[in-house]
Formats: sequence, structure tokens, C-alpha cells
Amino acid sequence: MNAGDLVDTGGSVNAGGSVNAPVLSVTSLVKKFGHFTAVDDVSFELMPGASLGIVGESGSGKTTTARILAGLEQPTSGTVALDGEVIEGHSRRARLRHARRLQMIFQDPYSSFDPRQTIARSIAEPLRLHAPGSRKEHQARVDELLDQVGLSRRAGESLPRDLSGGQRQRAAIARALGIAPRVLVLDEAVAALDVSIQAQILTLLDQLRRDTGISYVFVSHDLAVVRYITDTSIVMRHGRIVERGETEQILRGPQHPYTRLLLDSIPSPDWDLDRVVQDRRALDLR
Amino acid sequence: MLAKKTLARKGTPDGRAEDRRDALGISGLSLAVGTGERAIPLLADVTVRVGRGETVGLVGESGSGKSLTARAALGMLPRGARATGGVTVADVDVLAAGRRQLRDLRRTRASMIFQDPRASINPVRRIGDYLTEGLRARGVPARAAAERARDLLDQVGIRDPKGAMRRFPHEFSGGMLQRVVIAGALSTEPELLLADEPTTALDVTTQAEVVGLLKDMQRVHGTGMLFVTHDLDLAAAICDRVYVMYAGRIVEEAASASLFAAPAHPYTRALLEASPSVHGEKAEIKAITGRPRALAESPSGCSFRDRCPLAGDECAGTVPAHRPHGTSLVACVRPEQVTP
Repeated sequence: MNAGDLVDTGGSVNAGGSVNAPVLSVTSLVKKFGHFTAVDDVSFELMPGASLGIVGESGSGKTTTARILAGLEQPTSGTVALDGEVIEGHSRRARLRHARRLQMIFQDPYSSFDPRQTIARSIAEPLRLHAPGSRKEHQARVDELLDQVGLSRRAGESLPRDLSGGQRQRAAIARALGIAPRVLVLDEAVAALDVSIQAQILTLLDQLRRDTGISYVFVSHDLAVVRYITDTSIVMRHGRIVERGETEQILRGPQHPYTRLLLDSIPSPDWDLDRVVQDRRALDLR
Repeated sequence: MLAKKTLARKGTPDGRAEDRRDALGISGLSLAVGTGERAIPLLADVTVRVGRGETVGLVGESGSGKSLTARAALGMLPRGARATGGVTVADVDVLAAGRRQLRDLRRTRASMIFQDPRASINPVRRIGDYLTEGLRARGVPARAAAERARDLLDQVGIRDPKGAMRRFPHEFSGGMLQRVVIAGALSTEPELLLADEPTTALDVTTQAEVVGLLKDMQRVHGTGMLFVTHDLDLAAAICDRVYVMYAGRIVEEAASASLFAAPAHPYTRALLEASPSVHGEKAEIKAITGRPRALAESPSGCSFRDRCPLAGDECAGTVPAHRPHGTSLVACVRPEQVTP
């Protein structure tokens, strides 16, 4: 794949006119840990209000890519641009500017909350950092946010340990949305949740995107979830992008043998394990 | 049946292949911790059967009691728990068994594999020691045990079995280590294999391989398998029959094919509608309101009624008895409204 393919992917979600500029563009991203290349020449674009899936298994480089987007890792080479502005440096000011526009949600919402602070206080923290205002104004905004993600005010007064996994993930979303970022990076955000709760969070995310026009980068190993929540996707393996395009098209007609292997590996009533073995062989032959 | 034939050919040491009793029979099992007023119920009236060579799924969300049920089959009850009802593995009455009998049972008749292979294998002992331990305890001579262990490693697809015997758990990836654990679980030719989310921690492609391996091994050894999972699609793909659990009770039992085509319990149907799928047309998902409950915090009558779209007054009185509907056995008073 080369950079020329990028235009294609982005084009399908363009609404035309002034929103034609991508809100996030990633160019030739490389991340090396010693001799190991975790992310190898990854490029993609995300349009305002669009949702992009990054699909892969462990070791594919999908989480490292997400962490670079959020500024938690520095790329070895390549650039990340938000609203056309390349992210540079990691001074406090640069990081604040970055975080103002891009927020991240992690798989385990427990380890991303201060266990001694109430949920409401945690949600107010980014507001205090980014949005100057009185305590009262912040409190009002927190109440609004809690309501938006379907949490009661009582839940807001609780400590993280008193909430269930689904409630904590709602709180994490509320905290990220508080400063109205342009992009939300979600790293396996629903992977640890029960099916019934996962559906609640997915429908909430869907609703929020429609209401606010926020963009998602949705990192996941779960193709069914990615199908539900994204428009376009990239499939990563060993740090490289092996396939990209509209999510629906990738699922219906996978071009790369690895994507085919991923799809055939998903259990279904007519699951054919022999086909998985064949796919694996086809992939190894390449 | 292939399983029977293979068993007959290989022959089991004490001719166990002859009789046709179930690998696992759990009937009316209730479990509670604490006493009197402060007793906390964990399971209520759970009935599960696994035939020889059969794969049976136990599906549910967190707190449904699926792992508790599987553990009860080996007599592993929570500390201070009181159990009523019956649990039989092969011909052993598990609830009445003493420590020694339980140890024998776990050593020879029933094995269990867990989600995280690293948590169930001693990190400072070599793979060879792990695999020969059970065999040696049964009185197999060291050399024969080592040979059998190498055979098993070969069967589960570990390259260079001889070298693998000398390696430590940390030298294997999660998927490879789970294969080793499966080899260990099957080393004593158990009649019952309890698999508690054995592939949940693995990548999808690795999951497919490990499941394929489990099914093959089960076929060859004629083992009955109770497969505990939260993944409906996975259960549908590999199980003959499925039990759906909610809040410490079995709410539906059905052949897996019909369970997914025609769910009879509102909870089963809600679960299916809440799961996004890669198959067929892209469909909306429907979230279930509220959260999964444990038995102790569930409402009176039907435990699901506070989340159920079909619930009415008659659901509050008593716990619905299991009744046949279609090919299912379902604990709901109005299954005809779920799937006509």
C-alpha cells in the first residue's frame, strides 16, 4: 500500500465543501523499540465526523499507533497532524494543545481513574485544565455530561470502585467529551464489557457521534464491533497496514489473505475450522 | 460414532468405555454462603448434563454463575458454601466425596482448563514436569510418562516436543501455553473436561486453532466437555447443546442450532440482539437496559423481569418452572411471545 490509496479511503466520507479537510492525518508513522519495529509506515486520514477502525491482533501495532496519536509515545519518524497542524514537541503547552483536540479511552476504565476521587471530580479535571470557569460552571457542565452518558448524579458522587465496568466506561467517555475534543481514540474500549453492557456503550458512542460530529479512531480486535461502529477501516499485521477501505467492503470481499484469515476465524454456526487452516497456510506461503 | 470406536480400539485401562452413563450430571444444585438471615444465594436449582463425548455450552454474563457451576463439578466450592442437590462425575458423588476421593477424581476422571494458562501452570517448573506430574501420580513409570507427554505435545501441535519438555512456561506464547495446558488436561484420559473460557484471552486466529484442537482431542479421546463462555457465537459454533444462565439459574436449554435460530427465553433473545455480528446484513443492535445481576441481588420471581421487555405481573410471583417450547426447555411464562 502506498500513500496514494489514502485519498480513496477519506474520499468516501467527505461531505464536500469546507469540511473537506481531514481532522486527523497520519503520515508514514514508524515506531521502533530497539531493533523491533512496532509500527511500520502507517498512514491514514480521518474526516470530521467519521469513524475509522484499526483492526489487528496482539503485536499488530494497533495499540502503539493509538498511543502515538494520543501523544503517549513519540514516533521514531512520521507525523501526526490535527486540523492540518503537525504535532511537535512535548512541552506542557504542546501536550495541552494536543489533548484539547484529541482524547483517548482505554480498555480498563478502572486503572484510568484516580481511585480516591469521586467520578464527578475526575470528570471535572480536564475542564479545570482546559476550560477556565468558576466551580459552579464546571459543576453544571459535569451534570450535563453525566446526563449525556446516562449516569445518575449519585453515580457521579461515587468512587470508581463503587461503579460497575460499564458505568466506569461511561464515566471515561464523559470525562473525554467534557472539553469537546475533535477526535476520540478508543483502544479496545468495549472489549472487557459484558455483551449487554457492550451494546449500551456502542449505541451511546453511535448517538454521541451523530449528536456532536466528533470523530472516532476505534482500535479493536473484534470485527463485529468494528463493523457496527466504523465507516472505514485499516487492518494491521506486524506493524504494517495490509488492507484498507470501507469496513463493509472489507468484510464482504477481503482482499488480503490475513483479512480472510481473521474473518474465517470468527465463530459462526457454520464455522469451518479447516478453512482457517487453509487460510493460515495461504498466508504463510506469501 | 467415531469417538466410541477410537476408544474401543485404544481401550481404557479399566474398561470404562463400556458403560453409557453421563460424564457429568448436575441436578437441582443450589449453592449459598453464610447462614440464616445473612445467607447469600449463589446458584439456584441448576441442572446440567454432559453426555460422554458431548460438547455442552454454558453461556452467560458475569455473575450468572457459569464458572461456579463448572467448578462445582470438581467439588471446588467457595469457602463456607453449602450445596444442596446432586453433582455426579462418572459415578462419583462429588458433593459427598471426601478429600481423597476428590483428589482422585481430579487426577483421573475430570480435568479443568482456565482462561489464563499462565495462572494455572507453575512458572518455575519445566513443561515436562507439569505434563508428567498427573501420570506419575497415577503410578506410570517415569520413562513411560515422559514418552506419553512428548506424544501429547506432538498431538497438540507443539514443534520439537522433546525440546519443549525442558523449557519453562515463559518461553511459550499464550496460545502455545494453552495448548500445553490442554495436553496436560488430557494426559490422564479424563471422561470430563471442564473448559472455563479457555480461549477468551487469545487472539481470534489463535482461538480458532485452539478450539479446533480441543474438538479434535475430544473426538479422539471421547471426552465429554462442558464449555463455559460468554461468547454466544463461539458456543453456537462448537457445542451440541447450550445452557443459558442468568443470575444463578439456568433460563434456557436447547440444541445450539435451534437456540440461535429460535431463542425461547427473552434473555437469550436480548443477548442475541445485543451482539453485533460480521455475518449477514449489517443490523442495528439493541442494548439491554440495566446490568447483569447476581442471584442475591435479583428481583423475586423471574430474575430477568426488571430488564425484560415482556415482563408482566405474573412474572413477579414465583420463579418460572422450566417448560418445553419448540426444541427448548425454557424458564419463562410466555415463551410464545419471544419466538412464536
